[in-house]
Amino acid sequence: MKNAIKAGALGLPLSLAAAGPAAAQSIDETVNQIFASSTGWFVSLIFSNFPGTSFPWIVMWLVVAATVFTLYFAFIQFRAFPHSIALVRGDYSDPNDAGEVSHFQALATALSGTVGLGNIAGVAVAVGIGGPGATFWMILAGLLGMASKFTECTLGVKYRNEYEDGTVSGGPMYYLTKGFDERGLPAGKFLAVMFSIFCILGALGGGNMFQANQAHAQLSGVLGDYPGWISGVIFAAIVFAVIVGGLKSIARVTEKVVPFMGILYVVTALVIILMNADKIGWAFGQIFDGAFTGLGVAGGMVGALIQGFKRAAFSNEAGVGSAAIAHSAVRTKEPITEGFVSLLEPFIDTVVICTMTALVIIITGQLVADPNTGLYLLDEGASTIQTVDGNKGVALTSAAFSSAFGGFQYVLAIAVILFAFSTMISWSYYGLKAWTFLFGEGKTTEIIFKVIFCIFIVIGAAANLGPVIDFSDAAIFAMAVVNIFGLYFLIPIVKAELNSYLSRLKSGEIKKFV
Amino acid sequence: MSEKIVVGYDDSEASKNALAFAVDLAKARGCAVVVAHVLEWSPYSFLTPEELAERHARRKEELERAEEALLAPVRSELSAAGVEVETTSRYGHIAETLATIATETGAKQLIVGRTGQSGLSSRIFGSVAGTLAQVSTVPVTIVP
Repeated sequence: MKNAIKAGALGLPLSLAAAGPAAAQSIDETVNQIFASSTGWFVSLIFSNFPGTSFPWIVMWLVVAATVFTLYFAFIQFRAFPHSIALVRGDYSDPNDAGEVSHFQALATALSGTVGLGNIAGVAVAVGIGGPGATFWMILAGLLGMASKFTECTLGVKYRNEYEDGTVSGGPMYYLTKGFDERGLPAGKFLAVMFSIFCILGALGGGNMFQANQAHAQLSGVLGDYPGWISGVIFAAIVFAVIVGGLKSIARVTEKVVPFMGILYVVTALVIILMNADKIGWAFGQIFDGAFTGLGVAGGMVGALIQGFKRAAFSNEAGVGSAAIAHSAVRTKEPITEGFVSLLEPFIDTVVICTMTALVIIITGQLVADPNTGLYLLDEGASTIQTVDGNKGVALTSAAFSSAFGGFQYVLAIAVILFAFSTMISWSYYGLKAWTFLFGEGKTTEIIFKVIFCIFIVIGAAANLGPVIDFSDAAIFAMAVVNIFGLYFLIPIVKAELNSYLSRLKSGEIKKFV
Repeated sequence: MSEKIVVGYDDSEASKNALAFAVDLAKARGCAVVVAHVLEWSPYSFLTPEELAERHARRKEELERAEEALLAPVRSELSAAGVEVETTSRYGHIAETLATIATETGAKQLIVGRTGQSGLSSRIFGSVAGTLAQVSTVPVTIVP
């Protein structure tokens, strides 16, 4: 370690060039060790189990909240679904507001922040550990999560800051502060500060390191193994060019390509599923059996449930509060309309896209089961299911897709990198909003955050999947701890908005424009 | 109320020709001219979170710029020439929005310039003049 520091002082680039791959590999290892040991306590705090059980309290926290919101708003995610679609189509948009942020744009931008590696790699992790049954719990969590998203995005728009120059800032830090003040509750500001701190960590974790890590995994899978920090430096340079250098053209290209990649991904998955139409019934059988028995996975039914809930929450971010930041820029007089629109997000992200990934992995037979008992075989560590080629994470999804379409791993590699990139851009913005909430707006404070953000891209690409995914999950869920706690106190405000809007919609006061 | 002619105007050479043509016509027939500036915009385009947050401000800037740099000079020029003139700037699909403006103002005809692109881009994306020929509810004059 001492020697390494000395080498750094003497000029790291020189010694690197001389030592070659061996030194490079050890950089990755050093980064990994320091990272794992410095974040371990935080991870174990968030993922500690209920005493005497193996059930992490945080998973329960998210699901209970989503269930409470679902019941409190009387299954709003199903009641309002058709109206949500009408809003996105612009049926209720005033033509005089053309040129302002539309419901569609707010939804698309929020989606490009959530659709990404969670849907491709995250699902593979869930199915790889929790078996097909994890899919069932993932879908259930996605459906319930729609109510959480509805709640937080309504509040995000209602309590956003609109500045004199016409720009807006919104998100949990604003509704926690202003909403608590309005209801005469104490500690709103304290919650807002806590949320901001966790949001910054979440931006650096799930919104950054996990993305960089899996994008590198995908690249080295296609190009052959090479040290992670090299990918990290390249990604960091591009992200730096966009968020610091203001190279909007790169972001704009990505924002246009990403939706097409998403559609291509879903269509390909559908084709693979249809090609194996005879196995669809069997696959759903596996999903239902696995959901309630575990089919031999580590932890049984509870193991499948935890994995499903965890990955769903990580993928659609319902209850996390991040989407409230993205959705709050929409142009509308009715905050509740953005709540309606946002509930489509977990549906598209989890119920549609994640389920596609899971079905493709199951249907293409990537998971190894004992032919006699039908139970899945575990690998040496007894924690993950054996796969045909020993793949896990994004490599598992890649193997599943390319088993049907040779060469799809290249398409997927491009998709993963673009998804990773657009997610990083989105989260750099979420993190920045939290950062400026804490430290004030201003060029210098903004640059400091953006530089830190880019450094973490390198760390994320260099570290191993295990510690990165643990930290990413922990940071994102820590946001949910604060956000959901606040939401419980603010739901009456949302209910009042909802009732008022629905009665005006019924009386015809709120009219369609087309 | 005098008859109205809508002109699509965006400061390009072609649109200046269209405006000049419209002014001649208006003088001859005693019509009023509606100078319409349409900013290309789709509610289904994709923006980054930062662009979302700044959108309202950008929109205000764009409309102000259109008013100052494009429409105000045209208004004073036409008024000085003794032509009755009104101006409007809108967001939307250019051809469709021009057609809407023509309908809304009750104009008798629509005059636009054309960019003269006959190449690949207009084959793929179509041209404003070409689309107007399809969607307009009033007669359209295309000024080369």
